Amino acid sequence: MDLAYTQEEEAFRTEVRAFLDAELPARLSDKVRDGRRLSKAETEEWHAILARRGWLAPHWPVEYGGAGWSVVQRFIFEMETARACAPMVIPFGLSMLAPVLIKYGSEAQKAHWLPRMLRGEDWWCQGYSEPGAGSDLASVRTTALRDGDHYVVNGQKTWTSYGQHANMIFCLVRTDAGGKPQEGISFLLVDMTSPGVEVRPIITLDGDHEVNEIFLTDVRVPVENLVGEEGRGWTYAKYLLTYERTSMAGVGASRAALGRLRVIARTERSGGRPLAEDPLFAARLARAEIALANLETTTMRVVAAAARGAAPGAESSMLKIKGTELRQEISALTRRAVGPYAQPFPPEAPEGTNAAPVGPDHAGPVTAQYLNLRKLTIYGGSNEIQKNIVAKTLLGL
Amino acid sequence: MDFTLGEDRQALVDTLTRFLRDRRGLEARRAAAGAAPWHDRETWAGLAELGAIGALFPEEAGGFGGDPFDVTAVFETLGAALAAEPMLPALMAGTVFALAAPDRLEGLIAGGRLTTVAFHEPHARYDVSDVRATAVRTAEGWRLDGAKAVALHAEAADDVIVSAREADGDIALFLVPAASIDMRGYATHDGRRAAELTLSGVAVPPQARLCGSGPMQAAVAVGALALCAEALGVMERLKADTLDYLRTRKQFGAPIGRNQALQHRMAELLVEMEQARSSVINAAAAMGADAATRDRALSAAKFTIGEAATRTAEEAVQMHGGIGMTQELDVSHYAKRAMMIDHQLGDADFHLGRYIALSAA
Repeated sequence: MDLAYTQEEEAFRTEVRAFLDAELPARLSDKVRDGRRLSKAETEEWHAILARRGWLAPHWPVEYGGAGWSVVQRFIFEMETARACAPMVIPFGLSMLAPVLIKYGSEAQKAHWLPRMLRGEDWWCQGYSEPGAGSDLASVRTTALRDGDHYVVNGQKTWTSYGQHANMIFCLVRTDAGGKPQEGISFLLVDMTSPGVEVRPIITLDGDHEVNEIFLTDVRVPVENLVGEEGRGWTYAKYLLTYERTSMAGVGASRAALGRLRVIARTERSGGRPLAEDPLFAARLARAEIALANLETTTMRVVAAAARGAAPGAESSMLKIKGTELRQEISALTRRAVGPYAQPFPPEAPEGTNAAPVGPDHAGPVTAQYLNLRKLTIYGGSNEIQKNIVAKTLLGL
Repeated sequence: MDFTLGEDRQALVDTLTRFLRDRRGLEARRAAAGAAPWHDRETWAGLAELGAIGALFPEEAGGFGGDPFDVTAVFETLGAALAAEPMLPALMAGTVFALAAPDRLEGLIAGGRLTTVAFHEPHARYDVSDVRATAVRTAEGWRLDGAKAVALHAEAADDVIVSAREADGDIALFLVPAASIDMRGYATHDGRRAAELTLSGVAVPPQARLCGSGPMQAAVAVGALALCAEALGVMERLKADTLDYLRTRKQFGAPIGRNQALQHRMAELLVEMEQARSSVINAAAAMGADAATRDRALSAAKFTIGEAATRTAEEAVQMHGGIGMTQELDVSHYAKRAMMIDHQLGDADFHLGRYIALSAA
């Protein structure tokens, strides 16, 4: 039993920290630390900084521009970037589509799309969910009918994160209506500037615009944008989802959020003393800290198993359940910590009318963030679905 | 033993429910949410006319109710309709008037001048006795200085009852014309308006001093009771909408409510909600007791509500899935109100702490 990193891994961590110290602009990390939303340009700026260092897609095979890191190195990188409050790397192209293209795409598709991702020339979004489908992704109703050297696509996608920024969307479409729901699904790359694509905002609980509905009406998509074989899309989709779930514990993000909460709890005062010394609040904070320390080790145990070659299966479901619950708990504690100043609407939300922050600076975005993070236990396969997987796979029930 | 509302109270609840449904549909509410200064005088006059404001105050003060169970009946109905009318400020200001300036209550009950209260200060969290604002005697009356935090509906109010410390260190309440206060208004997450108040040498006449701190404590007590009752109405609606969704929403070929895991979670919510209702009944029954007994029961209720309402809101959103995250559905608006009630007049921790302190005394 040895919980420590090896000397090489420690050296790698030092290298990552030095890079972040030198290259991560404070105006970006300040925004992330305060829970404020980054603009499209700011996200692209961070992507470009990572790309220059060759770290934008470290998990890709080296021949396509990956960094050739071990599982442990990837974990260290994730922890360190979260600790430094680096912006989130938008995963839809780099972490979801790219592995599918690398495994199932044609040489021409790989040669065209992968370098464009590294250069930041496309903003990809995900066209999986449809209205009324929820976590049942196989119930795809969007159709793609072959017409010469094009597919004609009709249907609707929803919960499309950052669809308003995107110029490309990868979609699950139904190319054959017969058979089981999982059959007849194909995987299509759609140019969102095509005629017939309409993006409509969905305003969420926090009053913010992050997700969208995408309407596809007689959209003509060239057949060379079909990934792999027609009718095999469900296989590719499942492969993609294994990538979606691996980093869902969000230990790094929780650690950063807990650090911020500690600062707020020392600043806020309750009954003439710092809130951090209020026994009731201190107990809540301690429970979260203990759970996080436990989860860090649980995550490392899964990472270590993966490093030995074990494919993370239902373990990633376990990490998703606990990791998302913990992040929500920390955000709820942060909301609790700011007291009455949890009520004002933050000034930056598109539906907001407030011109400037109200109350202490740290209070501004905390309720919006708490509300926004309610999504964590719903998306990426709801926690109820994850519990089904754990019950079936880990418990044999 | 009788836990029913009684005929008269039930009639008021029915009338108020119908009125709010007609006047304040969610569409209208959404359109008005957060807009400045947000106050619909016509709806307010309607509420006064059907007796919703008068029901909060006793007959000897000019009302026609005033029993704590009148207050809970009215506020539960407001909660069920997600009404954002300034009824809480009216209740709290009216309670001060009833004790300290009864001649002013009639106008408030009639829906005339709207008065709100500003007891909390930016540094003081939920503690209304932590007051730094000052009131200094002058030749013409009083001079007020200080800052007040998150004053509900202050922009829409004609007058504000402000707490301030006098030279001897005691807290007193002053009636201040809203126009003489520097206000920074803003929208809140639950679609209402509040404001940060700055009083810089505000001069008021001698009669602006209404009373000492006793009526403030009474107003805060009845305000907390009202918020607890409002939360019950909000929670009932969250439960109804979620049940409806579990019965109708199909996934993997069956209504999601067929899942035993979800059935058990709803069963737990139901138990928690009944416990919460009992805590509010306990608190209403204790309103006439001595201050310590009253406040202990109120803290028990506000603590119970704080935990139960937040849990109900989170579960309602979760069981709705993605659609529960959107502004499209009523459930998200009810959920936010349930969550924000915990940030008004003391959250679950504040009241658990006060309950422990009062139990030890």
